[in-house]
Amino acid sequence: MDLGYILPAVLILVVAFTVYTYNRLVGLRNMADTAYSNIDTMLQKRFDLVPNLVETVKGYMRHEQELLDRITRARTDWLKASTMSENAGADSLATGALKSIFAVAENYPDLKANQNFLMLQEELVGIENKIAYARQRFNRTIMVLNTVIERFPTNLIANLFGFKKREFFEVESEQARSAPQVDMQGRSEG
Amino acid sequence: MDPIISHISSNKRRTFFFFFLYAVLFALIGYISGIYMGSPALGFAIAAIVFCVLFLISYYGGRNVVASMAGAREVSKAQEPFLYNTVEALSIAAGKPMPKVYIMETDVPNAFAAGRNPDNAIVAVTRGLLNRMNRQELEGVIAHEMAHIANYDVLLATVAVVLAGAIVYASVILRRMAIFGGGGRRSGQGNIIGIVLLILVAVIAPLFAQLLRFAISRQREYLADATAADYTGYPEGLASALEKISTMQVQRSPLDNQALNGLYIVNPALGASTMNKMSAIFSTHPPAEERIKRLRGM
Repeated sequence: MDLGYILPAVLILVVAFTVYTYNRLVGLRNMADTAYSNIDTMLQKRFDLVPNLVETVKGYMRHEQELLDRITRARTDWLKASTMSENAGADSLATGALKSIFAVAENYPDLKANQNFLMLQEELVGIENKIAYARQRFNRTIMVLNTVIERFPTNLIANLFGFKKREFFEVESEQARSAPQVDMQGRSEG
Repeated sequence: MDPIISHISSNKRRTFFFFFLYAVLFALIGYISGIYMGSPALGFAIAAIVFCVLFLISYYGGRNVVASMAGAREVSKAQEPFLYNTVEALSIAAGKPMPKVYIMETDVPNAFAAGRNPDNAIVAVTRGLLNRMNRQELEGVIAHEMAHIANYDVLLATVAVVLAGAIVYASVILRRMAIFGGGGRRSGQGNIIGIVLLILVAVIAPLFAQLLRFAISRQREYLADATAADYTGYPEGLASALEKISTMQVQRSPLDNQALNGLYIVNPALGASTMNKMSAIFSTHPPAEERIKRLRGM
């Protein structure tokens, strides 16, 4: 076969590969944005419930002022946060504080009987789970995106079109995954 | 190629193949009953119309048909916050839109998903499942159903269920016509048609059921289990749920329905007599023990 056929064939392959990789990168970037906005929506929902929770709980938990301050501080941090790592910091502070509040609440039978508290608890634990899954989704997408951007030969195309590596929302830890348990109808076993 | 992506495209191919098979069978039924009605073309035309209608119903309304066949009703977040929150969390984990949430009011624990694609899907669970699972177990079950949705397993399953269900219901009606409609008083010809239809349906209905079993392969259950474990990061939740569900199926289960059994996370016919149990094991689902073993080995 002479060069006249091989060159166009190679050219077509290169163009096809470029188009494929470019579209893949765009797809991944959009997936990451969606995942991030999921995290954001859930954080918003959670912090919207915080004043309500503090109001409900403070009458019962007179000796746990420090805990309540911590969750309020997490909310203030989040309201001021402008970067993703600040968001992640506020998120993990809130996760820890909420977990402690729900753990301590076990010692207050009156609080455990408060219908409003139980509803808030189910809602917050549900949101906590969703944040954990959204974070996982985001970080996995970022991992794939970063790999495509770094690996040869896709890195050439990523550089050509200016795709940048992105940061993880935070290091995934076992602790962050296991949201506090709620016992609504005796299903707290396991 | 990515095994999940190739699984998705093979599922789409198989759905087309299925439609083709069903079309051929409908044409055959139409033609044969047409011969006895005196006009094969008329029978053929009726079959073609019925098939087109069923096609549209199963594609656009499949999930509603399946839900009503299973006796499931939609619930809102206010009605079932625990279930709704779990489904929403797992839809986020899967990166798919939130499916609609349905409940079946029976004490036997089980669950299924249906729909034509991730944008038009439902997840249904029984009251028994909701009452008996803890959060991790319920997450495992919902993750398994989200995996079926994300992998497009639901498209094939839903279409197969609606078309097979139509045959099953038609066979019931035709059988009644053959037995009661004839009554021995009408002309002999009417009776012959009835008997022929009866025989036809008696032969064809199990054939459809067989096709359904092949369609819903064992492999996709393993794949959905693996994907679910990936979503939750906690295979033990699903393993323990499967353990509970598989031992809690009962004889004469309210969920047992030839057309729907392949859809559930655990075959409801498992609780039936030993004979049925054997056939159930060799059909749509791999044995629960094997699935649990694989999950615990992850």
